[in-house]
Amino acid sequence: MKIKIFYFARLKETLKFSTEDLELPDDAFASTLTILKLKAHLAKRSDVWQQMLMGKLKVRGAINHALVDDNALIIDGDEVAFFPPVTGG
Amino acid sequence: MAVSVQTEDFDAGLEISRLRNARKDTGAVVSFIGLVRDLNEGDQVSQLTLEHYPGMTEKALEAIVSQAQSRWAIFDAVVIHRVGTLQATEQIVLVAVSSAHRSEAFKACEFIMDYLKTEAPFWKKERTQSGERWLDAKSTDDEARERWHQ
Repeated sequence: MKIKIFYFARLKETLKFSTEDLELPDDAFASTLTILKLKAHLAKRSDVWQQMLMGKLKVRGAINHALVDDNALIIDGDEVAFFPPVTGG
Repeated sequence: MAVSVQTEDFDAGLEISRLRNARKDTGAVVSFIGLVRDLNEGDQVSQLTLEHYPGMTEKALEAIVSQAQSRWAIFDAVVIHRVGTLQATEQIVLVAVSSAHRSEAFKACEFIMDYLKTEAPFWKKERTQSGERWLDAKSTDDEARERWHQ
């Protein structure tokens, strides 16, 4: 499966990533991929990724431009985004 | 409904006039303007940079205004939110709502701001004398939104 991931604000700045295309083998992991599982998967990249995605910072997820919770299922072709709680207005 | 995410400044007077002139049975226009303060958490703030999630931001704002429209009998609403780098005292956001009577417009305007603050994907970073820092979300903003569920 192929997905697109966007990072914003503190995450983008610290991870030095604004967007990436991620390809995963079409196995049991991919077919049951959730926001939480994807965060844990990406967190294995390094200590910084671990700290930003699975650490103390609250990270919100969106799928195809809609805010979702950690249990939301991700499917092939989805646009996923990770960002800190919003601070506009 | 009009929603805009833009770098350029806006003319609140013009937007209010548009709402006023759109229909003759308009009895109330309530507006809110958010500004860049030069002071935050005791530190002097020289500028503010607003980042957003293009594509999602507009959808989120439209969904918030739609919710307000289904809750109250309002005629129209305008939301303009600026992004990019802003200086102290500059305008950040405008929410203006028209209706027949003031009560609906007051409530809808506050509802839109409370939801914008907690659900629209904008992030603020401010520059102070000690450098730049991302602002943290405030629990008081979540509480303000939760009031609308009660």
